[in-house]
Amino acid sequence: MPAPLELEAKDKDTIASSGIDLSGDLRSASFFQQDSRLKIYQAFRDGIDILTTEEALKKYPEAGDYYGKNFRLLSRDFPQDTEGGYFIRVKKGKSIELPVQACLFLKAEGFKQKVHNLIIIEEDARVYLITGCSSSHSANEGFHLGISEFFIKKGGYLNFTMIHSWKEDVSVKPMSIALLEEKATFISNYVSLRPVKDINMYPTAVLSGEGARASFNSLILSHPGSLQDIGSRVILAAPSTQAEIIARAVSLGGKIIARGHLKAQAKEIKAHLECRGLILSEKGTIHAIPEMESDFRDVDMSHEAAIGRINKEEIEYLCSRGFARNEAQSIIVRGFMDVNVLGLPDSLKKEIQNITEKTLKGGL
Amino acid sequence: MLKIENLTVGIAGKDILKDISFEIREGEVVILFGPNGSGKSTLIKAIMGLSGYKVKKGNIMFKGKPLNGLAIEERVKLGMGIMYQHPPKIRGVKLSQMAEHLAKDEAKIKALAEKLSLTGHLNREVNLDFSGGEMKRSELFQILLQDPKLLLLDEPESGVDLENISVMGKVLNEYLEKEKKSALIITHTGYIMDYVKAGRGCVLLDGRFWCVGDPKEMFTAIRDSGYDKCKECICPHH
Repeated sequence: MPAPLELEAKDKDTIASSGIDLSGDLRSASFFQQDSRLKIYQAFRDGIDILTTEEALKKYPEAGDYYGKNFRLLSRDFPQDTEGGYFIRVKKGKSIELPVQACLFLKAEGFKQKVHNLIIIEEDARVYLITGCSSSHSANEGFHLGISEFFIKKGGYLNFTMIHSWKEDVSVKPMSIALLEEKATFISNYVSLRPVKDINMYPTAVLSGEGARASFNSLILSHPGSLQDIGSRVILAAPSTQAEIIARAVSLGGKIIARGHLKAQAKEIKAHLECRGLILSEKGTIHAIPEMESDFRDVDMSHEAAIGRINKEEIEYLCSRGFARNEAQSIIVRGFMDVNVLGLPDSLKKEIQNITEKTLKGGL
Repeated sequence: MLKIENLTVGIAGKDILKDISFEIREGEVVILFGPNGSGKSTLIKAIMGLSGYKVKKGNIMFKGKPLNGLAIEERVKLGMGIMYQHPPKIRGVKLSQMAEHLAKDEAKIKALAEKLSLTGHLNREVNLDFSGGEMKRSELFQILLQDPKLLLLDEPESGVDLENISVMGKVLNEYLEKEKKSALIITHTGYIMDYVKAGRGCVLLDGRFWCVGDPKEMFTAIRDSGYDKCKECICPHH
């Protein structure tokens, strides 16, 4: 992370738990926003533009064309009273090896952080982007609204990982739309393992170019008192496009609504939706709502959903190998929340695995 | 080592084992015969304390201590181990994780994995996409690493090809002989007896012990005449 940035030790831990490398050594560009005032950013490699959305709108005339474009495309409104957010652009043909990171951090008590992010992957460019959203212990009753518009041009590749690390009295509302051109790829990985008051999100990918591909993968842990209404939607609007939505949800007493929507608007598409849930407490709720729509006959769409408690046989098997019952349960949940479900690049897998292991160990 | 007194075990309200008494001494290997549904697996699972196998009457004693009501992991601590006939798949848990939990000695894990042709499986999730034979080898691998005093083996060789039965049989026999362990082994095929020296055989019929004797002789008789013939036999244990 570029200087000057002074953080409390506790906040550093929280930020790290959302996948942010504060040294910046393992990243090719970095963006940090605390509440709405403090914004720091820097690119350590060529081929990446990284700055605040406001500055980008002033600096690049073409940036204005992107602002709100995806919302207009789907005839949806979006809040205009945002302050900050990042503009990240990867130049045509550039393949960025180390991930780019963006951190949105809530610090002040009762603060309402509202950001608008623009992510543009130009033709044949390739990048891994990790966004860590987290809140300080001091950010009581905080609120975060994150608007993200993704533009992935022809042949472009974006692997986007978002880790939420909030606290029990913070409300969160991400609004994301991705627009994919011909043969573009969008992989979206979402991890939410810490307590939160409520999260409401339904990111959408529009596959507008032939051969485009999107996949949404989520790991969600719900603590008592949390409400996580989390979905993913893919509109397959061009022939030979592909989509996959995979969710693993575990309720420790909170409520999870796992939505998924696949909509085929073209021929020869392939799409799959999968949701598996474990309920570990009498008070927990998981509501899976998978939806599939097609206007065509020539499509291959499927879904599977399974919700239940942990298989007793599996627990007893581990007990008979000497694990205590609660240890056995924790091992099975950690195995269920397998980061391999996410489409992570090798450069991030180990890091994310360590974070999820640590968070789950603490959370269970 | 293990003493069972007047044990009645029920599953879903139905009595499966009926008032049986039985003992396994230290260093003794006992073979358990019996047709499908006679209660063999139920006996092993009840000894191990798995849920759903309700002890309605009688006692299971291990090293002089009654086990009734004791949690599975507590029985493991006392020195009991089970090799499952149909182990469940454990998603997200690698065989190496289980091995490291069961034995701290890395060299020992490595050597045993090699002996049982499981080196390539260590990095795989337990029982996920394992063949029948691979599952049995992984079960044997785990119980030997656990190193219990009493081994409860539920059909260790079923579904295993002859070559691998030989590998498993030799490894098991070497372990039992060297460590002077006690074991209760369920077998249908009898192949395991070509490798493991068992002192006694028992036949379980309709939830009752019917016969006790030399395991090889008993197996020959069962193979030749079937379990119906057993029923005709007048046996002091009947």
